[in-house]
Amino acid sequence: MASTVRTPHPREKRIIFRNIDRPGWTNDIDCYFRDGGYAELKKAFTMKPEQIVNEVKASGLRGRGGAGFPCGVKWGFIKPGGPKPVYLICNADESEPGTFKDRYIIHQDPHQLLEGTVISCYAVNARLAYIYIRGEFPLGAKILERALAEARQHGFLGKNILGSGFDCEIYVHRGAGAYICGEETGLIESMEGKRPYPRIKPPYFPAVLGLYMCPTIVNNVETLCNVKHIVRMGGAEYAKMGKPNNTGTRLLCVSGDVQKPGYYEFEVGGITLGELIYDICGGLRPGRKLRAVIPGGSSAKVLSVADRYKIKSRQPDGSMLEKEMGLEEVPIDFDTLAAAGSMAGSGGIIVMDDSRDMVWALNNINEFYAHESCGQCTPCREGSLWMKKITERMVHGGGTKQDTDTLKSVADNIAGRTICAFGEACAWPTQSFVAKFRDDFVAKSAGKENGSGLR
Amino acid sequence: MSAPTQLLNVQIDGAWHQFPKGTRVIEACSRAGKFIPHYCYHPKLSSPGNCRMCLIEMGMPKPGPDRKPEMGPDGKPIISWIPRPQISCAQDIAEGMAIRTDSPLVKECRNGVMEFLLINHPLDCPICDQAGECHLQEYSVEFGTAGSRFLDEKVKKPKRVELGPRVTLDDERCILCSRCIRFMKEVAHDDVLGFVSRGSHTYLTAHPNKPLDSNYSLNTVDICPVGALTSTDFRFKMRVWFLKETKSICTSCATGCNTIIGTRLNTIYRQTPRENDEVNSSWMCDYGRLNFHYLNSPERLQTPQIRERDALVNSSWKSAMARAGDELKKFANGQIALIGSARMTNEELWLTKKLIESLGIADHDVVPRLGEADQILVNADRNPNTLGAQLFGITNENPGGKLSEIVEKVRSGAIRAIVALGEDLTEIGLTVDDLKKLSLIVATGILPNNTTRHATVLLPGSGFAEKRGSMINFRGRLQRLNRAVQPPGEARDEWEILRDLIQQSTGSNGIYLIEDVFRQIAEAIPEMKGLSLSRISDKGVQLVEEGEEATKTPASI
Repeated sequence: MASTVRTPHPREKRIIFRNIDRPGWTNDIDCYFRDGGYAELKKAFTMKPEQIVNEVKASGLRGRGGAGFPCGVKWGFIKPGGPKPVYLICNADESEPGTFKDRYIIHQDPHQLLEGTVISCYAVNARLAYIYIRGEFPLGAKILERALAEARQHGFLGKNILGSGFDCEIYVHRGAGAYICGEETGLIESMEGKRPYPRIKPPYFPAVLGLYMCPTIVNNVETLCNVKHIVRMGGAEYAKMGKPNNTGTRLLCVSGDVQKPGYYEFEVGGITLGELIYDICGGLRPGRKLRAVIPGGSSAKVLSVADRYKIKSRQPDGSMLEKEMGLEEVPIDFDTLAAAGSMAGSGGIIVMDDSRDMVWALNNINEFYAHESCGQCTPCREGSLWMKKITERMVHGGGTKQDTDTLKSVADNIAGRTICAFGEACAWPTQSFVAKFRDDFVAKSAGKENGSGLR
Repeated sequence: MSAPTQLLNVQIDGAWHQFPKGTRVIEACSRAGKFIPHYCYHPKLSSPGNCRMCLIEMGMPKPGPDRKPEMGPDGKPIISWIPRPQISCAQDIAEGMAIRTDSPLVKECRNGVMEFLLINHPLDCPICDQAGECHLQEYSVEFGTAGSRFLDEKVKKPKRVELGPRVTLDDERCILCSRCIRFMKEVAHDDVLGFVSRGSHTYLTAHPNKPLDSNYSLNTVDICPVGALTSTDFRFKMRVWFLKETKSICTSCATGCNTIIGTRLNTIYRQTPRENDEVNSSWMCDYGRLNFHYLNSPERLQTPQIRERDALVNSSWKSAMARAGDELKKFANGQIALIGSARMTNEELWLTKKLIESLGIADHDVVPRLGEADQILVNADRNPNTLGAQLFGITNENPGGKLSEIVEKVRSGAIRAIVALGEDLTEIGLTVDDLKKLSLIVATGILPNNTTRHATVLLPGSGFAEKRGSMINFRGRLQRLNRAVQPPGEARDEWEILRDLIQQSTGSNGIYLIEDVFRQIAEAIPEMKGLSLSRISDKGVQLVEEGEEATKTPASI
């Protein structure tokens, strides 16, 4: 399938991506069986559901979709024995620009996802799961349908799975091509056949009032795959990978100005941005210098190579140690990237060298968010397009003296004032680009004064 | 009786207040005198929280180590404020909650939302029907800035969209608050409106091939906070600040929706619903709302007329009344019938009763009007005051039940004279030939019909918006009509016409004002004891206990 298959780098730790691009590997169930497939499901049925939840809690697994919320805690919100059915939704709407990890799981290792999903269903007592896959993944949807049929045939889905007494069914639900459907409550609205307007929280937390107003767990593809390995290894063993509060492995999608862009899997925090760019990804293009990195998908705040980052981290003895470092020294994990003023997000790492026009780059991002704003909340709906119009004008030589400040203030008026996190997703790029590369913006804003302002 | 509602302590801008549990934050602030601007929130609809205009700062008492609120030096709980602003429209108050409605952050939020709403909004207030009652205008004065920082092209959207037969949409003015969508879904139960496209290009439309033709469509115009939805009937007719507003009630069915009649220079331009949770919530049907144009008709009867030989000729009120009195005296008791109307006011019906008594009329009834109830507001009884007509004995528990007998008696010659009060006799089964055979028709009316054309004495009356008086709706609620405009020409209030008719046979009866009529009613009718016309509040008075009369309005409104 993949024409330019690369063998994993020796520093990678491939668990979720173990079978991706593996020679001789195919995505059918027989191949999966030859590799010991569905053994963890059998193991899971020897455990009590709450045991699995506890293992996931012990593993410290944090959601891989973008927010990094502890998976076990999320599952713990589902109160056992409630009167309503529990639903589990696999969020396969992978839409964040710069992110392309879940599609490889779906394309090359769908049974890993299905096994993880059935185990997770068992753990939270969901008898029905949906895989919400973005509309732009038609082949992925087909592959999943075939994998589901195979799993059904072998009794891994349906009634009384493997004699456990547990019934479970999984359906594929295809989206129609909207970024906002990746927001969990927008996704739920979409599944209910409505416009994917994210819901207000409170009261509509999915674990309480989710799909059809029933308790619902929404997990990312990578997160659900991890559950399978937690069952295999045990939560404590899994937690040994990575760092405290940043356990396990992380799929990283590298794009932009590096010699070898692509997907990689490392222990969380096991590698710095510099190591990733220079050692793993073959460095920048000849003669170029690093300028900036967006470390967690296009909505994450951009980090500039010109800045120094003061990172506080908890030492094994519990004390906090502050260390100042350059961008290239920043380890890639949830807490460090947050401390650096950005986020690990969805694992999409976008690298920009010194040839990049930062106003152009921001405009590219603004175009995306202006196009994808659902339009429900005033600030995001109007602000995302306004920011795009300003940066587009600046790119085309129409910048005015006020533009830089206007951009920042528009973004400030969006962030924190909307129903869902899209407000931040569209404001953070502008806030960070203008803050970090102010001179680039001012240079494009020279010349003209604003008009009368009466329009 | 249910237990009294628990009161919760809430701090608003530093002052403590108490409100019942279940009160929305936005409502609590409003009751504390701290109005919070809003667009999408409507107390009668669900709260989507999308406009973001009602953002406030919110906090809860900081729990101490024992989980009890930690007290400050002033003995009040220390508040731990939520860093992000919160919407006040979708959350209920909680014990100890603290709210800031006028902090710098709140002002900044409002200012920001106002700017966002205006950047793509057309600056066409001078030709916009909403101008003068537009929340965008009002809040922009209070929370906006005069200049604009927006330099780019505005988003273009559909204009002059005929959403249905009565509602016209300008999508560029729409601020996408979704009130209309929610109204049609939640109240009108006709889910035809929705948004299409997305982001700033989102626009409102009706479902393909499903026009907005519900009988409640014009309520969307009322609740539209801007000039996006306009009434096709009213648009471009009159600037709203010129309108004189008169509180009244709709007379198109027995529900008696409370209304505001908008008039200028003695012309009615529109009717809008007036909130009354005991009657119509905040809504009214399109039929009732638009059912006033006939009052502006050039055909209106304006002058009293009397029949000379074969023709009706103009007359003075004095001669017309004298003629009617004289003619009526010529008939024996059993020879006169009276057809009253359940569209008349209580005052008119009371005097009708007196006229019946003074002339000794045995054959009298009203003309029933039955249609289908719609489970929302429209009542099956399309007469507004059937209960009044029954209370005063103009008809009985079976309105219209005597009409066929009256028709028979006309045809047999037993009845030779009819007093027709606002009703057309051809509607009760009499033919024009029957009318021609009658010796006397004394008719009141406001528009020409077969009865007025064949009347012996024609007495032009007033329409519902041209008079004061009271009616009783199907639930036994006494409500008042108020005069919004003067009747045309020499037309008079029916109660005066009836009083003068009675005086033709009895002489002066001490009635000079409509209040005098009501006083007589209040003295005679136990249910109305102690009431006066002006003491009926704007929202009416319940005469009989709930459940005694007819059905209740559905809980859905």
